[in-house]
Amino acid sequence: MGKPLPVIQEESLTYKGGSDFEESLRAHNLTLHADVITTLQVNVGKLCNQACKHCHVDAGPQRQEIMSRETALQVVAALRNFSIPTLDITGGAPELNPSFRFLVSEGRKLGAHVIVRHNLTVMFEPNQENLPEFFREHEVEVVCSLPYFLEQQTDAQRGRGVFQKSIEALRRLNQVGYGVEGGNLILNLVYNPVGAFLPPPQHAIEQDFKRELQSRYGITFNHLYTITNMPIERFLDYLRRTGNEGRYLRKLREAFNPATVEGLMCRTLVSVDWKGRLYDCDFNQMLELPVAKGLPQTIAEFDPARFARRAIMTGSHCFGCTAGAGSSCGGAVASDPVA
Amino acid sequence: MSYYEEEDLDRFSEVGKHRPDLFQKFMAWYQACQEDGALSRREKALIGLAVAHALQCPYCIDAFSQACLEAGSNMEQMTEAIHMASALRGGASLIHALQSHNSVDKVSM
Repeated sequence: MGKPLPVIQEESLTYKGGSDFEESLRAHNLTLHADVITTLQVNVGKLCNQACKHCHVDAGPQRQEIMSRETALQVVAALRNFSIPTLDITGGAPELNPSFRFLVSEGRKLGAHVIVRHNLTVMFEPNQENLPEFFREHEVEVVCSLPYFLEQQTDAQRGRGVFQKSIEALRRLNQVGYGVEGGNLILNLVYNPVGAFLPPPQHAIEQDFKRELQSRYGITFNHLYTITNMPIERFLDYLRRTGNEGRYLRKLREAFNPATVEGLMCRTLVSVDWKGRLYDCDFNQMLELPVAKGLPQTIAEFDPARFARRAIMTGSHCFGCTAGAGSSCGGAVASDPVA
Repeated sequence: MSYYEEEDLDRFSEVGKHRPDLFQKFMAWYQACQEDGALSRREKALIGLAVAHALQCPYCIDAFSQACLEAGSNMEQMTEAIHMASALRGGASLIHALQSHNSVDKVSM
């Protein structure tokens, strides 16, 4: 018997013109428009030393799609020309891109606040041993993925052995001054649920992480961000494989919280992909849903004045950012309502 | 068909089809009970999980297992709550041994 044809389930989050999410906005007399652009979020590619089960990028060691130096130069030109306050670098594991250190150092020279979304274990890859010192030298804000303070959950999501390496990497970051009380080197952690459920209240789980990481491993950090797993790419595959898709998508829809809309990250950032194409967020990027027609489509043509107050391109996946306390690259965006 | 269907958990509101006023009152009470108060939402979810096991209600076990995860509990903590409920059930049976003792003592020389 051959392989069965793929079935598009009724509640699939495949882009449908944003109808159901837009309906939810309308039901609360809301629209989703951008504010002033304060962040250029640059995804330098899908290459990663890990292949996490929840990854919406579908990143991994075999991926070839990475940003060229030419495109990185265009990113730097945009930062220079428009004095964008924050450069937020993500991937994949962005450190594996040959232009990564160039982007960081050029961004800092231009006075941008630079955030790096760091998976911790990449520090143990060849030629990456001095990453903590590099981050310190450039006063990078480091945002690290650590889904839980216990080994079993972390390895279940991110791969065997990842937890112990992550703990060692956090110790090294602490040793160079990151996440230390009274210091100015910011070390933030990211919590993702290890499965098909919503994150707990951010303030509560942050307290747990601080207590447990300190008492078990002597590790300190600044803040913990809770981020909802987005039903795109590998996490969507997981949901389908385990029969959780319908229930999870219903959960996201039913937890729609209108108070999150004002703080959504798409309102203040523009997302750039490895080819220099522009999107309203990293999730739209993975769905290949570009910024609205009529706007510049590439970083080479970028003009923040034209992106401010633009209409955001939405789809059913946007419920992932508006569920409960909301979700963004900076964690929860609203107070947490009781489900 | 089983008497218990997973999908029925999502159909709970259909119970309000008859006497919706009573169902609405129940839901308001039920939801208010789960809000943060003198006890945190996490503690209340763990109590819910323990009670669900004591009652052996599959709907409640499903609902409060999810609620515990989303309140930030882990399996170690949830398992302790389940053991607490189970131990109490066991103890509640065992204490009745005294009833048996009393009954036997009453008719014994």
